[in-house]
Amino acid sequence: MPLFHARVDVTHLPGVADPAGATVERALPALGYDNVTGVHIAKTIRLSVDAPDAETARVQVEEMCERLLANPVIEAYEVTIS
Amino acid sequence: MNARVGVVQFPGTNCELDMLHVVDRLGGTAEILWHGDAGTKGVDAVVVPGGFAHGDYLRTGAIARFSPVMAAVAEFAAAGGPVVGICNGFQVLCEAHLLPGALQRNAGLKFVCAPTDLRVETTTTVLTGRAAVGDVLRIPINHFEGNYVCDERTLAELRADDRVVVRYVDNPNGSLDDIAGVCNAGRNVVGLMPHPERASDPLLGSSDGLVLLGSLLDAAAGRAAMPA
Repeated sequence: MPLFHARVDVTHLPGVADPAGATVERALPALGYDNVTGVHIAKTIRLSVDAPDAETARVQVEEMCERLLANPVIEAYEVTIS
Repeated sequence: MNARVGVVQFPGTNCELDMLHVVDRLGGTAEILWHGDAGTKGVDAVVVPGGFAHGDYLRTGAIARFSPVMAAVAEFAAAGGPVVGICNGFQVLCEAHLLPGALQRNAGLKFVCAPTDLRVETTTTVLTGRAAVGDVLRIPINHFEGNYVCDERTLAELRADDRVVVRYVDNPNGSLDDIAGVCNAGRNVVGLMPHPERASDPLLGSSDGLVLLGSLLDAAAGRAAMPA
């Protein structure tokens, strides 16, 4: 079976505080970047999946997200397969 | 009273010995429930104590939730057994969906280790039977991820059903609605960020935690007296 590479981006759900992003946003103006808004710090998880096709790999990785990789109470996720 | 309390130990748990000590002082019998053992050894109550279970990798409590002991704890809870999660234990119970919501990083990104004042909001839980509504207890917190969050519908439900167990008098971490602890619909599963076992002796600066853990021992004794 071919090996598919998956990238999972785990982000905060809209409305959930991102204190790390907020801290970085407050630090950037100190370097002269006073035109920056919407700083958001997310997590990237990379994994490789042995699967018959890309769609099967995606379904499986999305299931992993629901069950472990992300916490749907506070996080959203996006899966990219290549 | 011969209440037996099981104290869950994951790799990285670090408050289990304190809990054994306090249960012993309160006249109960405590024993460790190793995370890899798929059972609760017939105990009358379960405590999931603080620490950094499985290194808190990925998210606090995310990996611990899949330890074999947790399926047994969930079964015990579903049968009405008293279960209390403290600090990391609260995070584990949320990840295990035994309690609603999640604990995220503190507002201001500060690890906070300090005494806090907690207001008791309900006495009909396994952790607050000996307290009175409005009691203010001085109990320390020690966490980086104690900022309680849940969606609006869940918050409305928690309020309507009187399931916020304790609130911070002076919110130290940004928690939604000053929430320091909540319970499940059955009121037999309680999670809180503050550490009652660290407020169990005047030598520690407060013994206010004994009201809570004494309540748990009462609940455990009640269960021990039930016909099997």
